[in-house]
Amino acid sequence: MSPRAKNRLEPAKTNPEFIRNFCIIAHIDHGKSTLADRMLQLTGIVDDRSMRAQYLDRMDIERERGITIKSQAVRMPWELEGQTYALNMIDTPGHVDFTYEVSRSLAACEGAVLLVDAAQGIEAQTLANLYLAMENDLEIIPVLNKIDLPAAQPEKYAEELANLIGGDPEDCLRVSGKTGIGVDALLDKIIRTVPNPIGDPNAPARAMIFDSVYDSYRGVVTYVRMIDGHLAPRERIQMMSTRAVHEALEIGVSSPEPEVTKGLGVGEVGYLITGVKDVRQSKVGDTVTTVANPAKEALKGYSEPLPMVFSGIYPIDGSDYPNLRDALDKLKLSDAALVYEPETSVALGFGFRCGFLGLLHLEIVTERLEREFGLDLIATAPSVVYEVTMDDGREITVTNPSEFPTGKVKKVLEPMVRATILAPKDYVGVIMELCQGRRGTMIDMQYLGEDRVQLRYTLPLAEIVFDFFDHLKSKTQGYGSLDYEEVGLAEGDLVKVDILLQGDQVDAFSAIVHRDKAYAYGVLMTGKLRELIPRQQFEVPIQAAVGARIIARESIRAMRKDVLAKCYGGDISRKRKLLEKQKEGKKRMKMVGRVEVPQEAFIAALSNGDEKKADKKIR
Amino acid sequence: MATFHAYVHVPFCRVRCGYCDFNTYTATELNGYPQTAFLSHLRTEIALSLEQVGRRELKTVFFGGGTPTLLPASELVEALSVLVDSFGLAAGAEITTEANPDTVDEKYLRELRQGGFNRISFGMQSAVPEVLATLERTHDPDSVARNVFLAKNQGFKTSVDLIYGAPGETMDQWKLSVEVALAMEPDHISAYALIVEPGTKLARQISAGEKPLPDEDLQADKYEWLESRLEREGFHWYELSNWSKIAEGNSGHNMAYWRGQDWWGFGPGANSHVAGRRWSNVKHPSNYAQLLVDGSIPSVDIELLTETQQLEERAMLGLRLREGLDLDVVKKLNPQCARPVSEMVAEQLIDGRAALQGRVVLTLRGRLLADLVLRKILGL
Repeated sequence: MSPRAKNRLEPAKTNPEFIRNFCIIAHIDHGKSTLADRMLQLTGIVDDRSMRAQYLDRMDIERERGITIKSQAVRMPWELEGQTYALNMIDTPGHVDFTYEVSRSLAACEGAVLLVDAAQGIEAQTLANLYLAMENDLEIIPVLNKIDLPAAQPEKYAEELANLIGGDPEDCLRVSGKTGIGVDALLDKIIRTVPNPIGDPNAPARAMIFDSVYDSYRGVVTYVRMIDGHLAPRERIQMMSTRAVHEALEIGVSSPEPEVTKGLGVGEVGYLITGVKDVRQSKVGDTVTTVANPAKEALKGYSEPLPMVFSGIYPIDGSDYPNLRDALDKLKLSDAALVYEPETSVALGFGFRCGFLGLLHLEIVTERLEREFGLDLIATAPSVVYEVTMDDGREITVTNPSEFPTGKVKKVLEPMVRATILAPKDYVGVIMELCQGRRGTMIDMQYLGEDRVQLRYTLPLAEIVFDFFDHLKSKTQGYGSLDYEEVGLAEGDLVKVDILLQGDQVDAFSAIVHRDKAYAYGVLMTGKLRELIPRQQFEVPIQAAVGARIIARESIRAMRKDVLAKCYGGDISRKRKLLEKQKEGKKRMKMVGRVEVPQEAFIAALSNGDEKKADKKIR
Repeated sequence: MATFHAYVHVPFCRVRCGYCDFNTYTATELNGYPQTAFLSHLRTEIALSLEQVGRRELKTVFFGGGTPTLLPASELVEALSVLVDSFGLAAGAEITTEANPDTVDEKYLRELRQGGFNRISFGMQSAVPEVLATLERTHDPDSVARNVFLAKNQGFKTSVDLIYGAPGETMDQWKLSVEVALAMEPDHISAYALIVEPGTKLARQISAGEKPLPDEDLQADKYEWLESRLEREGFHWYELSNWSKIAEGNSGHNMAYWRGQDWWGFGPGANSHVAGRRWSNVKHPSNYAQLLVDGSIPSVDIELLTETQQLEERAMLGLRLREGLDLDVVKKLNPQCARPVSEMVAEQLIDGRAALQGRVVLTLRGRLLADLVLRKILGL
């Protein structure tokens, strides 16, 4: 076993030869954070006493869900054959929504640890990230984790990894992040096989931003990887995409707590603090240089994150609207990918149309809004961006189904994705059925090992943003995994279905669907609403319409009885208290025309799919 | 000044009916509390209440339960005389007991009549054996008619209670029950839609799918049919669930509840309303007895009603009465009530002429939607 390094190499003066920058690619739950914990302990930068599980995951949501949303970098000392090295571990987000952030993290490394659960094998997202790593020419170190599990099958999955990346199954390291077995050997191997960074120390400074996070005390903390040159504190620095100039107030490395340094040199990984308060000032992928000696050419690979999925977010209590706006403004500081603009819904009142990288991103944002800002929210069904061309040549971009134009539509373009699905071979049939039901076209199918199959499909993004993943998981008993990437636009035969209550359109329920599915959507929604909306004193027709054509109809019969039969002694207090409670309940009612709709009915109707669950909520 | 009334809760039943959530106990549920001790505990509470409210003439006394007639007639008479000796009795006071048709006979009734009782309310519920079985009522349907007849002969005013909408009850079964009740020629009829109370055996049977949920539309049909049938027979509604032939036939005791008068409820779990306060007694007879032995008032949940709460109660109780609700009460609670009131006149939920005269009086349609009307006029 390698001893812990006696002396750490001093940042800003480290010879690039003794630096190793690597990341860990892993599927959610395959134990990346636990492995990182062991590395922190083994290299001695976190002592056993201050150790806690998932040390690097800072947000509550990250730790609770066991996933990493924001990446970070940690500098660790390690000694091999008498030489001390500085290892920079760059943590990458594990989810498909954050592919862009992953690609920037990968660009900051020379090597990647491919971490795979020895009981489960490789998953689709890991495959996608592995592909990115190989595209970036990273040295791949295959590692099987959780070998202490009784269900572990390291031989089987070592074979699978060798098939994927070449090499001998025997080269695949076996570790347990939980017990620490094999972690020291892994650190040794990183030093031996990952190439050291190469750059020109005398060239103008170029540092790539691979992450920026908002800290309420310190403002934006920007994580960079130095490519060329040198950055020092008090220097005036410039963001090459925006030309914005800031002063580097503080430069340091994370180890894993921040340590102020005299700067950063070639190949080093660390952070900058400039005092700006908005992460948009420090965009992931951008190049940092100095004002005094600016670089001529920015590093490649920068692009703006594009929202893929849109949803209207509304406060349940209308008076919370200003609080929601403040909360979004604050959240934006730490989430460069979040976009939003005010929107009004007849049914839901004032809210915001928000753009997200994907479904998980949407879920995380709404959860943070509710948890960190104490808001009760409703989110409308997620939708994608449609490009609509009218007969008169007008072009309209639709991010909210209720904005879909009513006149003569010539064509509608919708975003498409290439989806990669991995699952045991027994589930091929159900997966194909699912994808075909979602307007998917198969690209190819490949066996990864004896019993695992990779299917690739082209699918409309709209078909997977809603509940595709839930269906995939349930149909494959949890074994199926999914990754997707956008592949541009394609024409679709799409129509807007409106839902009307007593003739009044309920904008929150409008949906853009394929013509063949309009009827099914209409029947589903009208049926659902009939169950969810309480009877009123008059009959309420519920209709689904495409344009002026009614395609489905239900009705809620008039309520005939709403009276307590008995009201004697003890009933009087009970009934008065009920009345007092109804005063509270009042603000949770929304009026659509003359129809009173409880907030819960909207939530249940929008929370797609599981109607039984929705029913329970109401009753 | 409010009038004063007494309610005596007798919390004993031979068996518990599946739909009932009242505070009542079968012999095994009494945990050793001796039914024979009840009268002495009542005496203690009456003495305590006298210290609290002073001597106030009783306008009505009502024995309810449970099954008051499980006690010997002599004990009911004795309890009444303790009340009368303590508080005094107004001229023409109404003295009622509820009666399970199976627990009384001619001798029992005579004893009550001689002891001062002048009104009996029989728990008939239904004339149809299947419906009685669903409700788990054990009495013989024929005994109701016999007892109403005997009671009338002895000079009692009589009332029968009916329940409609039991799971599985058909319209025809309901009509039959009403016809049987009318044939007895009682002075008063109460008819309640069955409420499935949470925690009852019936509620469990329904959630387990063993019995169907009562159909609200069918209940509404039954109510409407009942109203027209009773009207034809000369009965008039004076409260949502209560009908009588003449004003003197109304339950004076229940009217006291609905008009917000003062009353003391004696016995375990009984509710009281005196001088703007509401409270209830502890529920189990053993705990009730223990507190009394310790010299305490056996009450819990004492509420001092705010002015708004008092108005709200007047609104929700007054709206249920034929005499209706004073619009001034509504205006105090909801100054913007003019619009909902006019809307509801248009929708024939409340009577337009009465509204012009400053009262909210429900129409037949409005009676079935009384809770909705209340929410609307209060702006909820």
